[in-house]
Amino acid sequence: MSTATGFPFPHGITSYLGGGLLIGAGLVVMYLTLGVKAGASSFLSSTLTYFTPLTAERASRQWRLLFALGLVFGAWLYAWSQQAFFVTAVGWWRLGLGGLLVGYGTRLSSGCTSGHGICGLASFSRASLLAVVVFMGVAIVTARVVLLLGVTP
Amino acid sequence: MKRLAAILLGGGLFGYGLAWSGMTRPEVVLSFLQLRDLGLLLVMAAALAVTAIGFHLAPRLRSTTLLGLPFSHEVKRMLPGTVSGALIFGVGWGLSGLCPGAAVASVGIGNGPVLIGLAAMFLGAYLQGVIAAGRPSPHRPLDRPV
Repeated sequence: MSTATGFPFPHGITSYLGGGLLIGAGLVVMYLTLGVKAGASSFLSSTLTYFTPLTAERASRQWRLLFALGLVFGAWLYAWSQQAFFVTAVGWWRLGLGGLLVGYGTRLSSGCTSGHGICGLASFSRASLLAVVVFMGVAIVTARVVLLLGVTP
Repeated sequence: MKRLAAILLGGGLFGYGLAWSGMTRPEVVLSFLQLRDLGLLLVMAAALAVTAIGFHLAPRLRSTTLLGLPFSHEVKRMLPGTVSGALIFGVGWGLSGLCPGAAVASVGIGNGPVLIGLAAMFLGAYLQGVIAAGRPSPHRPLDRPV
């Protein structure tokens, strides 16, 4: 653990940089083996093709589902080895309404934090850069407004 | 078999990184969006640096992947929904602190309530898919099977 300091990194920088490097390593493994740029949100569409008549991302549904299982396993391995299991206190209506908008918006935008924010920017996509600026700006305003309205957590 | 191992290794590293960085905890993501802890920027910068090097170096060093498959050269293009979708996603992210990859990984840290968010994400993606399917415009390029 790095020494805790004040703003902008009150909890140090080690976990952020270390975690970020591993996130990148996971994406590079996917690129070096399957040759794919494995943004996360397409998993929502691809998995829906198992249960609905929708066809978007159908061709990639198998690896995307296995990749999602890998995400769960990796996070579990961290929580188990570091005794860091966690249950959020964010209210169910925020998770539900927020999740609905996240699902709709990321699919309409063809990308999310990893799809546009990491894979898109790493491919020097101008569309992804614009998407990142927009969703990050809007999310900051939204989160600040929710905080000012006194909704915690 | 090699393919399965590669996917689980890639997903496993991604998931471990998400959990270590705190991104599987909506509270940590919200503390960034409320501008109290800017750690999320470090996470993205570190992930982006590694990924950019990998995406650009790998196709120069090899003609196919380690499994003999072609490298994707996909660069996301501007589509009619790129900005409006990002707007909607931003509201949802700011409200919940959840994004798709982190929400999936969050199941692994025992975060039961995130299942509400994940179910809602599938519903949102379904609604978008139904609306897009009813519209004649070419929404996204065809998938390449791998």
